[in-house]
Amino acid sequence: MLNYLRNLGRLAIHTVSVLGRSGVFLAQSLIGVPDVRNGFPLLLKQLYAVGVLSLVIIVVSGLFIGMVLGLQGYNLLVDYGSEQAIGQMVALTLVRELGPVVTGLLFAGRAGSALTAEIGLMKATEQLTSMEMMGVDPLRRIIAPRLWAGFISMPLLAMIFSVVGIWGGMLVGVDWLGVYEGSFWANMQSSVSFQDDVLNGVIKSIVFGFVCTWIAVFQGYDSVPTSEGISVATTKTVVYSSLAVLGLDFVLTAVMFTAF
Amino acid sequence: MSKVGNSVLSNFIEIRGMSFSRGDRLIFNDIDVDIPRGKVTSIMGPSGTGKTTLLRLIGAQLKPQKGSITVDGQDFLSLKRKELYIAREKMGMLFQSGALFSDLTVFENVAFPLRVHTQLPEDMIRDIVLMKLHAVGLRGARDLMPSELSGGMTRRIALARTIVLDPALVMYDEPFAGQDPIAMGVLVQLIRLLNDALGMTSVLVSHDVSEALSISDHVCIIADGKVIGQGAPSYLKEKGSPLVKQFLQGLPDGPVPFHYPASDYRSDLLSGSESAKLFT
Repeated sequence: MLNYLRNLGRLAIHTVSVLGRSGVFLAQSLIGVPDVRNGFPLLLKQLYAVGVLSLVIIVVSGLFIGMVLGLQGYNLLVDYGSEQAIGQMVALTLVRELGPVVTGLLFAGRAGSALTAEIGLMKATEQLTSMEMMGVDPLRRIIAPRLWAGFISMPLLAMIFSVVGIWGGMLVGVDWLGVYEGSFWANMQSSVSFQDDVLNGVIKSIVFGFVCTWIAVFQGYDSVPTSEGISVATTKTVVYSSLAVLGLDFVLTAVMFTAF
Repeated sequence: MSKVGNSVLSNFIEIRGMSFSRGDRLIFNDIDVDIPRGKVTSIMGPSGTGKTTLLRLIGAQLKPQKGSITVDGQDFLSLKRKELYIAREKMGMLFQSGALFSDLTVFENVAFPLRVHTQLPEDMIRDIVLMKLHAVGLRGARDLMPSELSGGMTRRIALARTIVLDPALVMYDEPFAGQDPIAMGVLVQLIRLLNDALGMTSVLVSHDVSEALSISDHVCIIADGKVIGQGAPSYLKEKGSPLVKQFLQGLPDGPVPFHYPASDYRSDLLSGSESAKLFT
């Protein structure tokens, strides 16, 4: 019993200490943005690495998920003679939920793991330490551009995901299964609210982008500088980010879409 | 004794009463170390005594639990984060691995500190980088990536990057480790030459006693968390303690015993099998 309590206490202290460290790390990274001359090229480079290179997986996934939604939605709605509502169903599902959530999960797997591994390897090969000894703050030079690139990329990727998904739903619903195109778009237009649906979806993707990038860069920076340590950190990034996205999605959905 | 406020200080680095521990393990116990200005100082000692840790303490990457570290008259431990990064611009450190940035070419690696810390025009940056690369004999390797370099070349490129801002202090962490005799000879010569030509202060952590002593003006030997000897190489060789002499001469047995503490050899052999011991 005493051992159990001791282990529980140790775990609690460790968790609080990691949370504290990650909070200080985030604050120092966000405050220490490099100046425009040095910082902007670094940000552009990271936007390419984090955002542009994630485009293929986002577009392909969005297309297939939209197509599956179109197909499943049609099979369900046709029994009630409401297949015209397929556009509304696909759009609301993507904009409110699947767009931000699936993009968050894909982002954690594609960009988050790459960020952790890159920063962890820089730590293991003493590149971060050498930067410190050169009088260059790695939080400003390495971490800040990656953080901002993640914050900026994720909402854009989620929007692209939703747009491509809706197009995929239209391909299946309209072009393949013969739903009237006018009904498809008109129902969508009349039921999807910019403020309640689109904006809330964007807010969700901003929150997921913030959390996933924070977890990824912190895990890399805090990793044990060995091959095993980097492997553990990369795994943690994907697991923690996925859980955070799913957990936060429930909280945000409850706040945004539930009439208490 | 140094005189702060005056441009002439006899010691570039002064460590006083410093204690540092990691967890329960005491690494330094109330040590005093002097690094003379403009000289090459070697920090030596058995493996695991914290020589590299000492370099990190001097660079304020680690904070001691007790004591003071003064670098060029500046108390490093009292500096704020931003002030510390500014203060570090006048020091360089050569890492054992070289720590070159793997996504930059040799040229860009050496140019990195200039681009970050100065507003120099591009043609001047180019000239300075080529001069430093020429000094380490690798001007022709400017377009190579770090993955294309040998261990010796990596160390020399890292050295060029370390000295590109003409620092007042350069710290070398095991510069000769894993080097072939030619690369080692080149590095030994470069460290001495650069120190004298650029008027720097050099601190060298090394296990290679003969190479390190051949270029050192001052030696500091650390063992068991204490400084066991400090002074000119010739003085330590002649008048050092038995432990210092054992280390400098590389003797297998002495104050640092060859054998790990164990029971009497004869009785141990006669005591029976290891498995039998478990049940006694």
